Amino acid sequence: MLDKVLFYFFAGIAVASAALMVTRRNVVHSAIFLITALLATAGIFLQLRAEFLFIVQIILYVGGIMVLFVFVIMLVNLDVALHQIQFARQKWVALLVALALAGQVGLVFWSSGKMPGQGLPVLTATAAERLPLNSETVAHSLFESYLLPFEIASVLLLVAMIGAVVMAKKRT
Amino acid sequence: MNALFQATIEFLKAFWAPLLCGVAIVAILPLVVGYIVLVERKLMADMQARLGPMRVGPHGLLQPIADAVKLLIKEDIIPDDADKLVFWLAPVLSVGAALLSLAGLAIGPAFQIAQDINIGILFVVGVSALGIFGIVLGGWASNSHYSLMGALRSSAQLVSYETAAGMALVSALLFTGTLNIKSIVEAQSKEGIWFVLLAPVAFFCYLVASIAETNRAPFDLPEAESELVAGYMTEFSGFRWSLYFLAEYANMIVVASVATTLFLGGWLRPFASVSWLNVLDFLPPLLILAIGAYCIVRVPKQPTRVQQMFMLAVAGLCFVLGLVLLAPVVVPVAKPFYSGIHGGFWFIFKVSLYIYFFMWLRFTIPRYRFDQLMRLGWHFLIPLSIINVLLVGVALIAGAYFHLQGWGLLLVTTPAAVIALVVALLILAAEKSRGARPDQTAASDFYAG
Repeated sequence: MLDKVLFYFFAGIAVASAALMVTRRNVVHSAIFLITALLATAGIFLQLRAEFLFIVQIILYVGGIMVLFVFVIMLVNLDVALHQIQFARQKWVALLVALALAGQVGLVFWSSGKMPGQGLPVLTATAAERLPLNSETVAHSLFESYLLPFEIASVLLLVAMIGAVVMAKKRT
Repeated sequence: MNALFQATIEFLKAFWAPLLCGVAIVAILPLVVGYIVLVERKLMADMQARLGPMRVGPHGLLQPIADAVKLLIKEDIIPDDADKLVFWLAPVLSVGAALLSLAGLAIGPAFQIAQDINIGILFVVGVSALGIFGIVLGGWASNSHYSLMGALRSSAQLVSYETAAGMALVSALLFTGTLNIKSIVEAQSKEGIWFVLLAPVAFFCYLVASIAETNRAPFDLPEAESELVAGYMTEFSGFRWSLYFLAEYANMIVVASVATTLFLGGWLRPFASVSWLNVLDFLPPLLILAIGAYCIVRVPKQPTRVQQMFMLAVAGLCFVLGLVLLAPVVVPVAKPFYSGIHGGFWFIFKVSLYIYFFMWLRFTIPRYRFDQLMRLGWHFLIPLSIINVLLVGVALIAGAYFHLQGWGLLLVTTPAAVIALVVALLILAAEKSRGARPDQTAASDFYAG
């Protein structure tokens, strides 16, 4: 029961603040609601006993990326943005994409009801003491099973970073 | 509705003890912060050859309470053009993040709110980093140039120094192999040596970065009053201002506790594994009893009767504390409580020393200029901490190869620390000689002043 209440609490906050983030006119308010949505998602991770994912979400997305977002927002002139049209007029494309996405999600739910054992996997809860240690498990899978993809991804990020620095330096 | 009620009962049943501890921390922390401020003022006065607060209570002992009452009853001012909601939210965010991160800390082996969480130290560091939003949003919401500049400086400073602090933590965590706070301290007791000796460079990096992260002098650029009035706090007054103040000092406690846990042996007594030094167990009670005795000696010198009574009360409190600390050492019945009581004492003692060092620096070193601050962060601390992580890893592998343990590890970690320092200094020198050319100057201070 407690699990359910907590889940709907976090999920409700995440969905509501995501909707508010899109509809607010003020960019800083949007940023605040994005932070709230990210924190609520982190809460759901924590409820799934993925502590490491929870704290990485907070440190990277909220504490790192969002700080830079807000930092950049402070440097732009907000008054100009307030007078512009809020949404791009691509109603029909948007409608199509949204319908396709809704159909896809609906299909997954529908098929999981129809074909037992083939749709959404049903996980059984394990006692907290018997779960493997979270950060250790993540470390093992990253640095043992998936070492090569991990290194490729980090090289890719490094390339992107150096590229950004080079492009920024050119101006001065 | 009934189900919701059931869930609440279930929640309270499972978590009543941590909740109670949390309430205790929230209740006690403002008082502790008030007295840290008093100590700071007294210390500042001592270093500047004055007396400091002397009027309210003996030696100004009641000054924090008077200050708190004053701040509480001040008029609540919100600027007309401010973004009201964000203005209201910002100080709360700051203080909330600081208080929440206290939950992960272990004050002695017995007292920890979020017990045995796998991510321990990451939780403390990550959540306390959220306090920056309070500063940035507060500076933006006040709709004032000084505030916005202060907020921008602050976020630039925090983002820069977060990396160095994180890398410093990584090189200390290499010795433990775990993030759990209790296991970190146990690893130090097992090795018989504190990590400050094994990773001195990491400790230095963390020390400097933690001063920058708490916006303390000499890195208090966000609130440099000669340039920015009061930085992001300019438009805040009364209770909201005191919330920011509370957050700043709570953050000091958090970084001091992280440093204590990771580098200074947490709640361990100095030389905890050396049994003939068990005499050191008498040090804490004797120290507190001596303070109590000094208070008694000072009683006749107090000018009024009320102040004499108050001094006596302080002495009594010291005696009670001293006896509580003495009991586990002398009385065999109280032996089981030894680690809890003395662990708490040593932890708080080390945290206080760390904070004392912050204050000492504040009154000794003049404020850095903003470009100097950025250069120190990016050109010295970050390279130093990254090189240190690499070299500590190499040293650990070498230590495992030669089967070194405890103090023996110093044989491999000391050369690693020296090499890291030399390389970082060489990088700094190279940057300096390059920066001396006229076309390269003023590259990094575009948002200064």
